[in-house]
Amino acid sequence: MSRFRNAVLTAALLAVAGWAVAQPDKYPGVGRAATPKEVAKWDIDVRPDFKGLPAGSGSVAKGQDVWESKCAHCHGVFGESGEVFSPLIGGTTAEDIKTGRVANLNRADYPGRTTIMKVATVSTLWDYINRAMPWTSPKSLSTEEVYAVTAFLLNLANVVPDDFVLSDKNIADVQNRMPNRNGMTTQHAMWPGNEFGGVKKPDTNNKLCMKDCTPEPKLASFLPEFARNAHGNLAEQNRLVGQQHGVDTTKPEAKAGMPVVAAPAAAVPAKPENVEAKAAIALLNKYSCTACHGVDKKVVGPGFNEVAKKHAGKVDYLAGKIKAGGSGVWGPIPMPPQTLPEADARKIAEWISKGASK
Amino acid sequence: MKEDSINSGRVQKAPENFLTQGGIKEVFAEGKKGRRDFIRSAFAAAAAGAAAPMAMAQGNPVPTEGGDLNILNLPEHATNLGQGVAVEGYGKPSKYESNLQRRQSPGLTQTTQASVSFAPLQSLFGIVTPSGLHFERHHQGWWDIDPSKHRFMINGMVKKNMVFTMDELMRLPSVSRFHFIECGANTAVDWGNVAVPTVQYTHGMLSCSEFTGVPLITLLELAGADLKNAKFVLAEGGDGSSMTRTIPMSLITSGEVLVAYGQNGEMLRPENGYPLRLVVPGVQGVSWVKYLRRIEVGDKPYAAKDEAIHYIDLQPGGLHRQYTNIQEVKSVVTTPSGGQVLLDKGFYNITGLAWSGKGKIQRVDVSVDGGRNWRQARLETPVLSKALTRFNLDWVWDGKPAIIQSRAQDETGHVQPTYQQLRGVRGTRSIYHNNAIQSWLVQENGEVKNVQVS
Repeated sequence: MSRFRNAVLTAALLAVAGWAVAQPDKYPGVGRAATPKEVAKWDIDVRPDFKGLPAGSGSVAKGQDVWESKCAHCHGVFGESGEVFSPLIGGTTAEDIKTGRVANLNRADYPGRTTIMKVATVSTLWDYINRAMPWTSPKSLSTEEVYAVTAFLLNLANVVPDDFVLSDKNIADVQNRMPNRNGMTTQHAMWPGNEFGGVKKPDTNNKLCMKDCTPEPKLASFLPEFARNAHGNLAEQNRLVGQQHGVDTTKPEAKAGMPVVAAPAAAVPAKPENVEAKAAIALLNKYSCTACHGVDKKVVGPGFNEVAKKHAGKVDYLAGKIKAGGSGVWGPIPMPPQTLPEADARKIAEWISKGASK
Repeated sequence: MKEDSINSGRVQKAPENFLTQGGIKEVFAEGKKGRRDFIRSAFAAAAAGAAAPMAMAQGNPVPTEGGDLNILNLPEHATNLGQGVAVEGYGKPSKYESNLQRRQSPGLTQTTQASVSFAPLQSLFGIVTPSGLHFERHHQGWWDIDPSKHRFMINGMVKKNMVFTMDELMRLPSVSRFHFIECGANTAVDWGNVAVPTVQYTHGMLSCSEFTGVPLITLLELAGADLKNAKFVLAEGGDGSSMTRTIPMSLITSGEVLVAYGQNGEMLRPENGYPLRLVVPGVQGVSWVKYLRRIEVGDKPYAAKDEAIHYIDLQPGGLHRQYTNIQEVKSVVTTPSGGQVLLDKGFYNITGLAWSGKGKIQRVDVSVDGGRNWRQARLETPVLSKALTRFNLDWVWDGKPAIIQSRAQDETGHVQPTYQQLRGVRGTRSIYHNNAIQSWLVQENGEVKNVQVS
C-alpha cells in the first residue's frame, strides 16, 4: 500500500515538475539507457541558436580546396551549377545582406531560386553539409572541413570576405549577414499547434455552391499537342480492362466523331530479362556510379551509352579507367579513381564494351 | 518552340524547383497560340451538334456466330489442370496487370537517388495503396537495412537518453491505423499551368496504408520526456541523407504520431523506410522520416535543410512560409482522368479520392460542367481521419464534352479551393501545397485531358 502511495506521490510530483511520468515499471525490460558515447555519435544536429555546433573553425581558403576536390563536380566551381542539383549560389546582393530580404524573390521573372536566396539560417548549411555531404560519402567531412566549406559558400555569396575564418565564435555574427534572414514567416494555418503563433483560419475560403456557381468555364491551360506522348504511351500506363482504358498516345488524336484509339486488348508481352545488364546495373548502383553517370543519359559524366559508343569492345581500357579515373576525355570535370574489386570493374567494363544495354 | 526544348518546357526540373518562369511562359505561350483551335475542336461539335457522336454500338456486341467465342469455346483454364500451391512463395500480381507501375516523370530530376516515382492512382481501387505501388521519394537513395542491426534512440529533454532494438520496439503495445501520406510537392508541376498528362503525374505522390507501430508518446513517456517545457521534436533518419524534420508536439501528445514498422499487414517496404519510419498523420510526407534512428526532444525548432531551403512555400511579396506541415483538404477524380479514353457513351461511375490533413472527409461534390453545377458524391466506407476516402457518383455520358471536377470538404468545414482562389492568396510560385480543384476534360472523341479552367 505504502509503495503504491509512494508511486502515486512520485508521479504527482513529477507531473507538477512538468516531467512526463517516467514509466520504467510499465514496460520492464524494454529499452536501455544510451551511453554518452552513443549519443555523441548520433546527436549531430545543429539548431539555429547553434545548440549542437561543435567548437572549431575553417577558412575560406581551405574551403576552396575541399570544394574543388569534393563538391564542384556536382555543384559547379562557383556553386552556380544547375546540372545535377539546384544552384546554390547567385541572386543575392549587398543590399540583401543589409536588409535580410532577398529582393529577387519578389521578381516573378527571376529565373530560379538558389539556396542562398532562400536559406535564412546559417546553421542549416552547416548542419546539412555535415550530415549529408558529399553526395556519395555523407558524414565523411571533418569538422574543420565543414566550417571551411560553409565559409567558402558564404564567401561566394559575398557574405564573408576572402580571408575569413568561420568558427563557433563568430558564426552568430555571420547569421546577422544572411541575405534572406528576415525572409521567413510562420503566419499561416499549416502548422498543427500553437508553437509558432500562426493563424488558425485557413487562407482559402471556398463555398459549397451547388447551382449556377460560375459563368461558362473557359479552358485556361492544357497540355500542348507536342507533349501528348512525352510521358510515354499512356495506353501502357492503364489497366487492360476497366471502364476507361488508356489512350494510345503514339498515334495522332482521333477527330471528333471518330472512334478513338484505345489500349490494345492484349497484354504487352514482357521483355526478356537482360541478365547481364541487370547484374551490371546493380554494380553501378552498389558503387554509386549512377550518381554521376546515367545508363542512357549524361549526368555529371557521360552516359554509359555514350561511353559504349566511343569505346566499344575495349574492356581493358574501360576497366582501367574505372579504377584509375581520368579527365579530359569527356570534358573538364575529372572522374576520381574508384575503389572496387577488379572483378566488378571488369564486369562493368564488359557490359559497357558490349553497348551498355538496359 | 525549339525541338530540343520540348521536354524542358513542360516538365520541370526538380521537386524543390518545379517551377521555372521560363518553362511556364513557354507553355503559356504555346497554350495561347493553340487555344482557339483547341477549344474549337473540343467544343465545336457539341455547340453545333453537327459531328456525329461516337458510334452508339454496344460495347460487347453479339457476333455472327450467335455468341461470344470467349463463351462458346471453352478456354484452356476451364478444361485443364491448374497450377499447384506455393509456386510463388510471395505472390505477385497477374501478368496482365504489368501496366500498373510507379513511374518517374521524365526530366523532373537529374539523379534517381534524389527523386520521386508516382503511384498509378488511375488504376487503383478503394483507399489502400498496394505496398509495391506506394509512391517513392528518396533524398539520397534507398536502402534495405538489416533490422537486427537497426537501433532507435531518444535523447534531449528526457530524464534518460534511451536506445531500443527492433525486438524491443515490437514488444511494446502497438496500434494499426490507416493514414494517407502525401508529398508536400504533390501537384506542384501544375501550380502555374497544366504540365503533365495523367493523375499519376499530377497527384501520384499520394498513397494510403494501414500502418502498425508504437505511438511516439509511449516512447517519450518511457524516457521521461519533459513534456511541459518541450515544444518541438526532431526526427532523424539513419541513411546517408539522415533526413531531419521538426515534428509538431501537438500531434505527438494526441497520440497520433507513430514509430511504425508495419505497413498493410507486412513490414514496411525498403523504399518506404524498412525497418522503421515515423508516421505523422495529416502532415506532408517529408516529415515521415524513413530509416528512423533518433528522436530528440527540444524547446526550439530545428530549421533543417528540408524545412529551411526546401519545403518552404514562396508567397507573393517574396516571403517564404516556413514550417508548413498540414496537407489541407483535397480531392481528385481518378477515373475518368487524364490520358484515359471513354470507349462509348452511356453509364459511367465517376470515382476518386478525397483526403484532409485535419480530419475526416465530410462530403465531396462532383461537377461535370467545369464547376457551374455540382452533385453530391457517395462516400464509401471506411471514412477515417487523415486517410484517403473513396467517393463515387453515377454519370451517364451523353457523348458531349464535359469538364469533370471534384470538391471536398473536411470535418472542420474547410472546402477545397479553386485554382483562382488558391493563386489569389498564394500566387503561382509556392511549389508546395497545391490542393486546388482538378479539372479533366472529356472530349467528344472520348479522350480525357488535364486542363485548367478560368
